[in-house]
Amino acid sequence: MNRRYVQAKWQLSEGILEPTVFELGEIGKGGVVVARVEDELRREVGELEDLIPQDLQRGAIGLPGLTEPEVARHYSHLAQMNYGVDSGPYWLGSCTMKYTPKVAMKLESHPSLRNAHPYAPEESVQGILEILYELQEMLSSITGLPKFTLQPAAGAHGELVGALIIRKRFLDLGERRDEILIPESAHGSNFASAAMAGFKVVRIPPSEEGTVDMGALRAAISERTAGMMITNPNTLGIFESDILEIADLLHSNGSYLYYDGANLNAIMGWVRLSDMGVDLAHLNVHKTFSAPHGGGGPGAGAVGVIEELADYLPVPVIVREGDTYRLDYDLPKSIGRVRMFHGNIGVLVKAWGYLKLLGSEGVRLSSGIAVLNANYVRKRLMDMGFEVPYGKDRPCKHEFVISLSRFRREYGVRALDFAKALMDRGVHPPTMYFPLIVQEAFMMEPTESDSLEELDSYVYAMGELADLARSDPDELLSAPKNTAIGRIDDSFANKRLWLSWKVYKDRESS
Amino acid sequence: MPMPAESLIPNASGLITSKMMNYLGINKLEDLFSDVPDSILINEPTGIGRSLTQSEVEALYSEKLEKNISFKLSFMGGGIADHYVPPLVDELVTNQEFYSSYTPYQPEISQGILQALFEYQSLMAELLGMDVVNASLYDYASALGEAGRFSVRVTKRKKILLATTTHPERKAVLKTYMEPLDVQIVEINREASGEISFDELSASMDENVGMVYLETPNFFGVVERGIEDVADIAHSKGALLVVGTDPLLAGIVKPPGELGADVVIGEGQHLGGYMSYGGPSLGIFAVRRSFRHIRQLPGRLIGMTKTVDRRYRGYTMVLQTREQHIRQEEATSNITTNSSLMAVRAAIYLALLGPDGIRSVAEKILYNTEYLKRKLSDLPCFSVLFENSLHFKEIPVVSEIPWGEVNSWLLRNGILGAFQVSKLFPDADSTGKLGLLSTTEKHRLADLDLLLRLMEEVCS
Repeated sequence: MNRRYVQAKWQLSEGILEPTVFELGEIGKGGVVVARVEDELRREVGELEDLIPQDLQRGAIGLPGLTEPEVARHYSHLAQMNYGVDSGPYWLGSCTMKYTPKVAMKLESHPSLRNAHPYAPEESVQGILEILYELQEMLSSITGLPKFTLQPAAGAHGELVGALIIRKRFLDLGERRDEILIPESAHGSNFASAAMAGFKVVRIPPSEEGTVDMGALRAAISERTAGMMITNPNTLGIFESDILEIADLLHSNGSYLYYDGANLNAIMGWVRLSDMGVDLAHLNVHKTFSAPHGGGGPGAGAVGVIEELADYLPVPVIVREGDTYRLDYDLPKSIGRVRMFHGNIGVLVKAWGYLKLLGSEGVRLSSGIAVLNANYVRKRLMDMGFEVPYGKDRPCKHEFVISLSRFRREYGVRALDFAKALMDRGVHPPTMYFPLIVQEAFMMEPTESDSLEELDSYVYAMGELADLARSDPDELLSAPKNTAIGRIDDSFANKRLWLSWKVYKDRESS
Repeated sequence: MPMPAESLIPNASGLITSKMMNYLGINKLEDLFSDVPDSILINEPTGIGRSLTQSEVEALYSEKLEKNISFKLSFMGGGIADHYVPPLVDELVTNQEFYSSYTPYQPEISQGILQALFEYQSLMAELLGMDVVNASLYDYASALGEAGRFSVRVTKRKKILLATTTHPERKAVLKTYMEPLDVQIVEINREASGEISFDELSASMDENVGMVYLETPNFFGVVERGIEDVADIAHSKGALLVVGTDPLLAGIVKPPGELGADVVIGEGQHLGGYMSYGGPSLGIFAVRRSFRHIRQLPGRLIGMTKTVDRRYRGYTMVLQTREQHIRQEEATSNITTNSSLMAVRAAIYLALLGPDGIRSVAEKILYNTEYLKRKLSDLPCFSVLFENSLHFKEIPVVSEIPWGEVNSWLLRNGILGAFQVSKLFPDADSTGKLGLLSTTEKHRLADLDLLLRLMEEVCS
């Protein structure tokens, strides 16, 4: 229970942990030679100096030179100074980091996929197209939305696609609708995506229960409303039980209901989006379907729509004709293209593998246990006196939000300090200070990947920190101590803006 | 027998589940869904099928991929190419601490990925001759879309001049990104050399232009030789010059940052990434250190800093106040997920190759390009577009025989041939005869000769 953690740490000297490649390398040294110009080729072509105009010839390249073993050690050291989901709990609420089965990881490295060119003739990539088509079918089966595109590179990219589809639809209908409604408990990216697509954002405040305030919603809907972007369960982990009424209100106004699928992992296999009246949705393939997040990406989005909106999807879409698969570029109403080629295929095949491994019952089970885990941890924390500001009298879904504002008020200990102290106990802190409607927020999402022992040890650590906040707050304020480095100065970073080695060297010397 | 899926869900075992449910005072998982209206709660499983074992998943996957037609060599162009990936790149990025970590919101426990991304920003800045590179965007095309939005934010102008030799797919993405902003996009024609027309550019420049965009190499593989002049024309009216590039070209040719570009974008897949049917890719976005530009940058930035006690150098994300989770609809872009792991790949690749390695890759590509170009021009039924210009990697080849036939013949001999431009982009090729061949450092002289021999055979 009383777990301690010591992260690996490399230290060159007092003040510097692992040096940068610029300090490790030397000019004129090392480097892996991967290409050699054959003598005959050189004789045929002549000197490059005769090809490239003199004023365009490159001078010195300011890259460091390192040998292969030096590069191997350097980045291995960096890996050791980093924490991943396989290291331990990583409860980033609304960001859903869960374990990725290694069999799914392996699919990406198949030579037949790695060597496939995106413009290769369709007959030469039937296997890939079939896998992608099957993934679309599985996503349709989970959501009830008939048509999908796998192109978006991320969830927020999918939101942009969704918002652009709504925009294009109303342009085609000749209606001027320029507002999108977004509950304040939605993901932060929804606001930015709607704005990027040219919409004015109308914020819907939460009710005391933490769900959409129906009065405020009714008041906000007008002939300018193009649609609503909703997250359900929302970022408080609360299911919007009024969802059918919300959908009806929008539909009877001629507006569309957009669903942010980042929290789908709470309900997949339990509720179909189409049954909730959803018209279009994006799914975060890289989290809900377990593909890892790579320190920030690549991810993959997928956008599903009802038939009425199918013609607006970005081109190309993958279609099946008998036993063959084809890329269809002929969608005259399409919003256009949102990236090159067909999507982050390497990420998408992991989702295919994950869903095959889970099967129908596994999909439902993974959501069910994720919800069980969240409710278990929430109850234990509530029993210890932690404050759940919204929805404590009803089950939560995959995540929940506690407020640590009492600790700040009474002992001067912030959510941030709790987070830093949690690291010393071998867990990655949860999402903090989000959603913005909760003070000193801790948004916790255990997912289905953590064992009961892990859940208990996390809860134990939270209890320990609550005790310390009362008895010895300095202990929390000076955390972390067991990570590779002590507390980082973010404001110093924002003032100095040492954004590259070049900038750092220049500013340091001036 | 438990389902294979249960091995992924530690608390799915009956005993543990019951113990937890007892604590919550419930009898079944369904009780936790009591807040979902009955009418929409489903009880039957979705139609995904039964749970497969690990070996079944692998076997099924391989079986499906066997339907692909395999080949020994790829010469297909069009923006993505078959580059050599040093094995150490794969080895290092398969550390779970890199691939299974999330966005480094907590710097103290994430120093490794933060430093790796800082190094990516720094190495890429050196290569491109720029100061600040963000920690990645989705791909080249979305980087162009973001560059368009960036130029509107910085200059408050709503007109873009775009070289007509821009990759059609990137052009299309720019249009999608700009459409809601009501921005006018004007295309600037090319000269007989395939390079941008200075006369037309000068004639189209006015005080409303916020951004001038061109690519080097452009869609036809032509290296632009007059970027400094283009910069002068753009800057004379207060517009930003945005240049899209292949970062490998910078191994041998002066990079856009040294030629007056204000923003450099590009595709980083070439630096240690696979083709993977087009993704994941790596969008590069680089700017100068001007403060007004940095504040308007889309995407994430990693900065070097110190610990609170000033004893150690460390790394953290900076300028998050521009980002969507704080500024919401006022954010500089909606980007949350980016391509961090691809950026780490690029950092490892650049560190591994060093200045000499990068130069050798670029040299090899240029030699291969030039050799293929000359030999192709000698063949009776093929001709190279913009033959007298400098090409890098991509060669636009006009064929007298339909490209479909040429490609089929090549594929039968284990070679993936040219990208048929008219198939996807009729605007870029009205003749239907244009194909893009691409050569990389992977191609040995013998491979080039094999391609040439087979193409000669089609002719005869």
